Amino acid sequence: MKCKNSLVPLTRAALIGAALVTAAAAQAQAQAGEVNLYSSRQPFLMKPLLEAFTDETGIKVNMVYMKKGMLERLKSEGRNSPADLILASDIGNLHNHDKAGLLQPIESAILSANIPAQYRHPSGNWFGLTARARIIYASKTRVKPGEVTTYEDLADPKMKGRVCIRSGKHVYNISLLASIVVAKGTEGAAAWAKGLKANLARKPQGNDRAQVKAVFQGECDVAVGNTYYMGKMATNEKDPVQKKWAQSVNIIFPNQQDRGTHVNISGAAVTTAAKNKANAVQLIEFLSGDAAQKIYAEANFEYPVKAGVALHPMVASWGTFKADKAYLSRIANQRIVASKLVDQVSFNN
Amino acid sequence: MTKPWRQSWGRLDLWAVGTVVFAVISAVPVMAVIYLALTPGDNIWPHLVSTVLGGYIATTITLMVGVGSGTLVLGVGSAWLVTMCRFPGRRLFEWGMLLPMAMPAYIVAYVYTDILEFAGPVQGALREVFGWSSKRDYWFPEIRSLGGAITMMTLVLYPYVYLLSRAAFLEQSVGVFEASRSLGRGPWRSFFTVALPLARPAIIIGLYLVLMETLNDYGTVDFFAVNTFSLGIFDVWMNMNNVSGAAQLATVMLVFVAVLVLGERYARRKQRFHNTSTKMQPLPGFPLSGALRYLATAGCLLPILLGFVLPTLVLLAYAHRHYDAELTAEILGHAGNSVKLSVLAGAIAVVIAIVMTYGARIKGGPLLTAANRIAAMGYAIPGAVLAVGVLVVLGGLDNSIDDFARRHFGLSTGLLFSGTIAAVTFGYLVRFLALSLGTVEASLGKVTPSMDGASRSLGRGAFATMRLVHLPLIRASVLTAVLLVFVDCMKELPMTVILRPFNFQTLATFVHQYASDEQLGEAALAALSIVGVGVLPVILLSLTIARSRPGHGAEPAAAQPIGREA
Repeated sequence: MKCKNSLVPLTRAALIGAALVTAAAAQAQAQAGEVNLYSSRQPFLMKPLLEAFTDETGIKVNMVYMKKGMLERLKSEGRNSPADLILASDIGNLHNHDKAGLLQPIESAILSANIPAQYRHPSGNWFGLTARARIIYASKTRVKPGEVTTYEDLADPKMKGRVCIRSGKHVYNISLLASIVVAKGTEGAAAWAKGLKANLARKPQGNDRAQVKAVFQGECDVAVGNTYYMGKMATNEKDPVQKKWAQSVNIIFPNQQDRGTHVNISGAAVTTAAKNKANAVQLIEFLSGDAAQKIYAEANFEYPVKAGVALHPMVASWGTFKADKAYLSRIANQRIVASKLVDQVSFNN
Repeated sequence: MTKPWRQSWGRLDLWAVGTVVFAVISAVPVMAVIYLALTPGDNIWPHLVSTVLGGYIATTITLMVGVGSGTLVLGVGSAWLVTMCRFPGRRLFEWGMLLPMAMPAYIVAYVYTDILEFAGPVQGALREVFGWSSKRDYWFPEIRSLGGAITMMTLVLYPYVYLLSRAAFLEQSVGVFEASRSLGRGPWRSFFTVALPLARPAIIIGLYLVLMETLNDYGTVDFFAVNTFSLGIFDVWMNMNNVSGAAQLATVMLVFVAVLVLGERYARRKQRFHNTSTKMQPLPGFPLSGALRYLATAGCLLPILLGFVLPTLVLLAYAHRHYDAELTAEILGHAGNSVKLSVLAGAIAVVIAIVMTYGARIKGGPLLTAANRIAAMGYAIPGAVLAVGVLVVLGGLDNSIDDFARRHFGLSTGLLFSGTIAAVTFGYLVRFLALSLGTVEASLGKVTPSMDGASRSLGRGAFATMRLVHLPLIRASVLTAVLLVFVDCMKELPMTVILRPFNFQTLATFVHQYASDEQLGEAALAALSIVGVGVLPVILLSLTIARSRPGHGAEPAAAQPIGREA
């Protein structure tokens, strides 16, 4: 395994003179067909995409995967940061990096053509690459058709003791709550969170998949989760019991009669410190192109942002839905408010 | 400690200088966290105080008390039994008690959740047998709870207490204990009034290590949805995008720990713990009677079964089901990285610990004692927050060098330390120095200062005295220190993730990318590798430690009639 930055041994670093030469050499090498990536998306998800990129362009992709500390690392490394771009699995992450001044605007005709305006920053500071809807999973046997059609229904007293959801502090739930803050104001969102809390069948725990499992096992009747988990469970050959979990629920896209279903994105952005900016832009363009969008759709059951890219047949079978059109940056701006609301209603206790 | 031969501060002493330098270097990242706490940001306190802070504190203290008492009972109890008594399986338990140590707490948490949750096999079987259908039909303890977290952490953390208490009992002179027995005190009273108080510094250090691990745990409490203080720190940091608020919370936690530590030291300020006799007789090996023998065996066996054997079997089953040849080859490379880093950090940490504790011993004085305390602070801060401190320090250093080079030589040096293996190693040292310092210090404190005096008056210098007198006496604890740091580095996750170079994986980071998505199956083989690599040195060292005690033969001596010279 080659570790570009790991080759400066402790001892040599003491001798600044020698280190000067090493660093200069390392930098010269970096110019020749590399791109450096900090990613909060898991390596095993990105691997097929990045390999396809290297095959096509010859550009080598180096990666560090981290969920926490990316922003602080970019900040402390400053203009010398080796990272050319970041990948994030949530709008909040992209938004925070942007607010910290760590991202630079990119103009690219390809990106503008591939990615609808609502899924990218107006000046090109970040670009959405895939979309995922936060939906309701409802038990096929215990939830009547039409009984639950909106996020608001989850907070209705009729659902008392029937709802499962992961931690209110998870980024996906914070974003969902932030979208409700945008739609109904802080008071309205607080009332919703309180109502939902009162309906929970158990203390918030586990990931999205675990909620569907709980519906299957009869702990609760409805659960909240991202769309792609359904695909992952329904096709899980290594752990076939998950297929049963998936078969036990229907998918409900909430709020089709009004604002639409909350949609979050995973996305990419070029750092202000980028040394290989052209390569970084090329990588984002590749990820927004037909071939990569198809991989996202097929391997991870996500919604491609590029129009005309075929959905995975299973995802297609769920039908089309109306997405909440609230601008993602507005939602991201309400994340801190949402996070405090979770504390105020003691959601996780 | 009084040192009649203490030299004046007149000339520069290498030991003292080394002690101070190491303390400063390892304290800088902690200072950076405190600095972050002082940078302006949203004032998070009114919100926290009016909502969740009380809950965080109550939960954290309950967790600490629970894990603390659990590990004390299991750790001290088993250490006493295997060191001083004879019962079936004792020889196996000597090292077997350490096995759960190689298990990362969050892995055990995942495994037990799979087994014990509503959808798991145990409750499934109960429902089958008794015909229950829903959750409302019966009561079953909720694994994802505070009680569950206490149990999981106790199971994997008690070996810290065991290891240190056992080392203390082994290094203890049997004479005092026998004196107590011959004066008519029973074995229990002698244990509580003589052996236990004498082992207190070591036991306290073991307990301290346990409590720090508990306080800073993120993986287990996050998975179990137990809202502790450390979970709160991450919430403020990530969800409220407020790193200075998070650093403030971390600083409060640091102060809390400092008060605990100073309080304990103050409480035993007048006490001395060195052995007054240099005679090391064979340990007595009290035979236990009838039912007691089997009770002892069961008591030692249970934590090993629950903390090691069962989780290992479950992981083996997962690894078998998810076997993937390509991943297996990858894992070998990651294992190499883990071992290299952990060995490096373990070796450096113990050398630093010897220099620092010995420096404080021979030079004395409040400055060097404080240096030892300060160097150990990193352990009291959650790993990811400390990693940010390391980022700030190394980034600042790198960029200063770069600015300097640009200005004077017209070229850029880029980042020399940030994002290198050196950065990760530095992070490990800052975080885990407390482990080696505590272990070595407890052991060195038992060597009576009159030995130093004798050696020095016979013309040996400070270095020769350490090499010829102290090192042989504290060898077991030096090995223990290396082991502790090694095993903790093998399991270390947050600092590795944040500080590592490109394309660099350790076993722990590899496990993390799957485990964070609750895909334990894919991660099972790597998790087993962490355990496997950690277990080997644990066993070897445990055997070495047992052998290192003068007079402690391969087979415990037959019971000595109490009161007679061996």
